[in-house]
Amino acid sequence: MKIKTLTSAIVLSGATLIALPSLAADTIKVGVLHSLSGTMAISETTLKDTVLMMVDEQNKKGGLLGKKIEAVVVDPASNWPLFAEKGRELLTKDKVDVIFGSWTSVSRKSVLPVLEELNGLMFYPVQYEGEESSKNVFYTGAAPNQQAIPAVDYLMNDLGVERFVLAGTDYVYPRTTNKILEAYLKGKGVAAKDIMINYTPFGHSDWQSIVSDIKKFGSEGKKTAVVSTINGDANVPFYKELGNQGISSEDIPVVAFSVGEEELSGLDTKPLVGHLAAWNYFESVDTPENEAFIKAWHAYTKNPDRVTNDPMEATYIGFKMWANAVTKAGTTDVDAVEQAMIGQTTPNLTGGIAVMNKNHHLSKPVLIGEIQDDGQFEVVWETDGVVAGDAWSDFLPGSKDLISDWTAPIKCGNYNTKTKTCSGQNY
Amino acid sequence: MRRITLRHCIALCCCLFGLFSLSTHAAEAASFDPLLAELGEAKIKDMEPILVRIEAVSDETVLPLLRTLLNGNLYYIKAEKKVIGEFESNGETYYKDVFTDEINAGIDRRDVDKIRVNNNLRGYLRNAIARIQLTSKSPSVRENAVRELLSKLDGSTVAVLEGLYPNETNKKVKDAMGLALAMNTASQTELAASNRIAAIEKLSSSLENDVRNLLTTLTRDDNTAVVTAANIALEKIAQRANRFAFVDQLFFGLSLGSVLLLASIGLAITFGVMGVINMAHGEMIMLGAYTTYVVQLMMPNYIDYSIWVAIPAAFLVSGLMGVLIERLVICRLHGRPLETLLATFGISLILQQLVRTIFSPLNRQVSTPSWMSGSWEINPVLSLTLNRLYILAFALLVFIVLVIVLKKTPLGLNVRAVSQNRNMAKAMGVKTNWVDAMTFGLGSGIAGIAGVALSQLTNVGPNLGQSYIIDSFMVVVFGGVGNLLGTLVAAFTLGIATKFLEPTTGAVLAAILVLVFIILFIQKRPKGLFPQKGRAAE
Repeated sequence: MKIKTLTSAIVLSGATLIALPSLAADTIKVGVLHSLSGTMAISETTLKDTVLMMVDEQNKKGGLLGKKIEAVVVDPASNWPLFAEKGRELLTKDKVDVIFGSWTSVSRKSVLPVLEELNGLMFYPVQYEGEESSKNVFYTGAAPNQQAIPAVDYLMNDLGVERFVLAGTDYVYPRTTNKILEAYLKGKGVAAKDIMINYTPFGHSDWQSIVSDIKKFGSEGKKTAVVSTINGDANVPFYKELGNQGISSEDIPVVAFSVGEEELSGLDTKPLVGHLAAWNYFESVDTPENEAFIKAWHAYTKNPDRVTNDPMEATYIGFKMWANAVTKAGTTDVDAVEQAMIGQTTPNLTGGIAVMNKNHHLSKPVLIGEIQDDGQFEVVWETDGVVAGDAWSDFLPGSKDLISDWTAPIKCGNYNTKTKTCSGQNY
Repeated sequence: MRRITLRHCIALCCCLFGLFSLSTHAAEAASFDPLLAELGEAKIKDMEPILVRIEAVSDETVLPLLRTLLNGNLYYIKAEKKVIGEFESNGETYYKDVFTDEINAGIDRRDVDKIRVNNNLRGYLRNAIARIQLTSKSPSVRENAVRELLSKLDGSTVAVLEGLYPNETNKKVKDAMGLALAMNTASQTELAASNRIAAIEKLSSSLENDVRNLLTTLTRDDNTAVVTAANIALEKIAQRANRFAFVDQLFFGLSLGSVLLLASIGLAITFGVMGVINMAHGEMIMLGAYTTYVVQLMMPNYIDYSIWVAIPAAFLVSGLMGVLIERLVICRLHGRPLETLLATFGISLILQQLVRTIFSPLNRQVSTPSWMSGSWEINPVLSLTLNRLYILAFALLVFIVLVIVLKKTPLGLNVRAVSQNRNMAKAMGVKTNWVDAMTFGLGSGIAGIAGVALSQLTNVGPNLGQSYIIDSFMVVVFGGVGNLLGTLVAAFTLGIATKFLEPTTGAVLAAILVLVFIILFIQKRPKGLFPQKGRAAE
């Protein structure tokens, strides 16, 4: 009897011993495809840390489906074609179940064919120009109707702005956004002579004549505002020049779509105070969820001065939803998770509930904040409730009839509601 | 005896008076306190009515409070229901009473909440300060106050101005007040048209932005006579404004030219005089900019003087780096331009990465000394930014010093001798190796100085140099290799051309057009604007 128990115990423990390594090998893998070097490293490193923090938290809660989550971090080095290569590496060599990654639109466009070919799954956490919906990508950042359009509405309705300067860096996001805004403004009855569009190269530093033009444009008796899609560090000399030429935020406010807490943290914010930014999240928003998130972030980075920003919230929501979808589907299979994702809800950090829609875009609230001298934003306006992300803009002639619906029976990223056809994927 | 009594009386009176004024002050402060506590508790959208009430019961004594609030330095101590101002000195934060300037040492950052303001409130505060300052003793303060109020002339402000106007003695202030009253008359639709037209005519001599805004709205008036008068006035203003706009544009061009001159003048020496294609030239500029940053880090309390330390420091750092590069790499590749090009390109990458490793890839923040910020306002349409004005003067100064060094010093003589005929110079006993190292050091040092100037205009980051290297080569080639005067002319020509093209073509196309123009020009005159003459140049 005794011996029998002993042997069974030995057998049992042996079985556990054998089972343990196989359990350790059987993890859920999360790929992180963010640049850790090169020009985009400044912004993207933060998102890598956010994903790692989320993985860490989920593992402390016991992982997913009884398995631990393992993060696989690669560095595409701000090199757009390398995003495709690294994406392929993650999917074929590391066999990850999901990828969190990309910042610039061009890097997303680069990795997209790989995702569709190998049927991978990616979460893209940054505000972008829209006009895209892939079965294999979930867009947790803002579409133009969740950032640009509400911002312009705010300028028109609350500040009484009648003349608009659309200033941007010369690449795809500003060009598309400005095209949408121009069409939208004209639809609202703003005359063509009341819209000034200006593009500058990356890293532009001599803003004298452009700011002087803006000043001239603004002295026509109508309230004027600048809608800025100026990207990266070109913003600093731009705002400095505004200050130097005596244009204050009360005369001509600038509302920016690419200036957030992270960008402000390394800056002399004096010339920017009072100017505006439109996002779905601000660190200064006072909710219990946000407080907990900031606390966890400070604890994880061991740095109480690290700021949080909008793409981080988008990553947070994306990760939470993915974890819930995997639990709901009971598997990490891409097709099952993709269907389980639609309709997922997660509390926003700024209050309210984010919902994943049929078009793979989120419903989120839109906030407008004024820049304060401590690099934080003071919320001056927000939408009532949430705004559903629109993959295809209603204000562009080519895309106003298109919708994206990834549920049966349509199951299409660009379905034409007039001709009732799906033009298929052509990215 | 009697006299003493009188004295006593006076003394007593003084005492009483002092006591009386003291007590009124105390009473005033007491009447503020509940309002201030309310201000501290209020949400931003509820703050304006409270401020209106504060303004109503106060006079000039409230100015420090409003200013502190406007600058975003007003904090609220929840526990004591009091407000307090924050200020920084020697990198430390202190809190002091806004009225008495008394430092309150017992307060910690965690005890206080910031009272935030937004654009609406800032606008209101600015106007409130101006309204209070209308009765200031200093005429210039009064004048600025009137001009500040032009944008928001409501009934009560106009009434105050009307009361003050007849008694104003200073001409400038009186003119500004007259302008404000004329603006008010012109915009009153119930007044007789003749009065309004007279006011509009008076306005046509002003260049103020607010006046133009008002006139533009008047062109949509119901009264046709008023509309015509407004149009004529606008036309008159536009003519004057256009003249100033031309001057403004010229200044922008000169300013861009001065930046190009600073960036390329060092290259004019290393590339122009020595013939070394130095791809690491941009990184010498970057090193200069980072030197400014380090100097400011070391003397945080003397930012205003930091530039004077940074200029020689940057010259030394970049110059020494230049000598090092010349001695270690370039002198071994003499006469092999392709290898030099590749080697210096490699050096530029190494220097960039070095800076990334030491200072992080993020841009560093270089402060502008107070005497360089702001602008010189000549009139409401023409104002020249001070930092660019100083940099323009500085670029010319550097140019003149360099020309003198090359023309009047023994080093300059040697440099010219070596660049014209190396072998002959060697035969005459010139230590060509030493001259090469010194010339390269001089060119790099000047690039470092350019970095100090550029740190005031643009972002200081590892890529700073890259954005200027192409422009620098363009200027040197356009001006004529080996000719400093050519570099000067080329820099200003390109700067002015770009700035006059930009408004019509946009920044991207302007850069392309300038590049195309230079390519065509070089086809026609391969040696640039001022080619070197003589047999040695062949």
